[in-house]
Amino acid sequence: MTGLRYVYAVCRPFGGALKAQLTGVAGAPPKLLPHHDLIAVVSEVPERDFAEGPLKAHLEDLDWLAATARGHQGVIDALTAVTTPLPLRLGTVFRDDSGVRVMMEAREDAFRRSLDRLEGRVEWGVKVYLDAEAAEAARAAEADRPQERAASGRDYLRQRRMRSRSHEEMWQKAEAFSSRLHETLSGRAEDFRLHPPQNPTLSGSAGRNVLNAAYLVPRGSSEEFVEAVDRTKDDAPGLRVELTGPWAAYSFTEEHEKAEEHEKAEEHEKAEETAKSEEPEEEDA
Amino acid sequence: MTFPSRAPEPYGQGGGSANLADILERVLDKGLVIAGDIRINLLDIELLTIKLRLIVASVDKAKEMGIDWWETDPMLSSRARREELTRENAELRARIAALDEGRPESEALLDGRGRSRAEPSLEQSESERERSRPREEES
Repeated sequence: MTGLRYVYAVCRPFGGALKAQLTGVAGAPPKLLPHHDLIAVVSEVPERDFAEGPLKAHLEDLDWLAATARGHQGVIDALTAVTTPLPLRLGTVFRDDSGVRVMMEAREDAFRRSLDRLEGRVEWGVKVYLDAEAAEAARAAEADRPQERAASGRDYLRQRRMRSRSHEEMWQKAEAFSSRLHETLSGRAEDFRLHPPQNPTLSGSAGRNVLNAAYLVPRGSSEEFVEAVDRTKDDAPGLRVELTGPWAAYSFTEEHEKAEEHEKAEEHEKAEETAKSEEPEEEDA
Repeated sequence: MTFPSRAPEPYGQGGGSANLADILERVLDKGLVIAGDIRINLLDIELLTIKLRLIVASVDKAKEMGIDWWETDPMLSSRARREELTRENAELRARIAALDEGRPESEALLDGRGRSRAEPSLEQSESERERSRPREEES
């Protein structure tokens, strides 16, 4: 059978062993494909499912996609337990081992830089939810006594207005809490990403997602980070803080190029400033 | 090579059994993009279910693709607030209609009850009506 190569991650050689019964996407065990001082973590996947046409078709199938995503994440998670992987996006597929090697050869410097940057770091996901029930209760309590029925259309609308006002207040409280939390946590993290809020119909979580953030934290500081999150949990009635992780640094794989560009831009600015011998700007201080 | 320090135990639903939305968000929208031999652009996938795109797409990308679920959220959109008002209006009309119908209905009910008891006096049935109306409205 001709198999394609599905690539999960790139990492450095590691000492620990992966779980013997670990399987990745399509049920195949992951194997390590060394290239110089790097390793590509790959597994064989059937061409009938992972060639371009079938793969595109499968990606439209939520069940297939869910199983494949779990397979992918399972391998990344196992790697995270023994090393710091650079996780690739789902569906990175090559014809054969030599295709993977060519890719590794072309990108090895960038891989090394990213791996150095992420070494020993994990990603923590922090989400804040506006608890639907608490919001509802607050609204009901503030609106008026529940026994009091609207005697007229005008009364009814007035009550509705009061309710939506307290709804807005709840929302503002949630936002204020989220920014405070984010400020605290970003102070304890090396880097962060603010992701768009998750849609509750897909995540199946109760309440509305107000904050969806990812923080890059050294393993050594992770316990403190987790404690910092825990401490905030009772701070805000009606709000729920959800912590997930430790994840491989999925959200931080691309940073390098951006950071580099940023550095280059800064260097460029500095060079210009030096040339003009003007006072340094505040950012440089 | 070993770790200088171990990471804490997985939190929330992190790790192997994590929430599908969290996993999809990461494996489809984060993670390093490398063009393989099999060319798949995840954003080119036509259907990938509307639901899924809601979480994998950034807000800007989603807007480009015409995804606008937040526009139906009363807290996030004025159009949705207008729609909510329309809905309230309909609710209100329904309630008024119910109130209008409620009067003869409660009287009919009382009449029926009155007959089943041994000939109640007019005052009894009047006072009973007064008590029973608010109770019915509550239900």
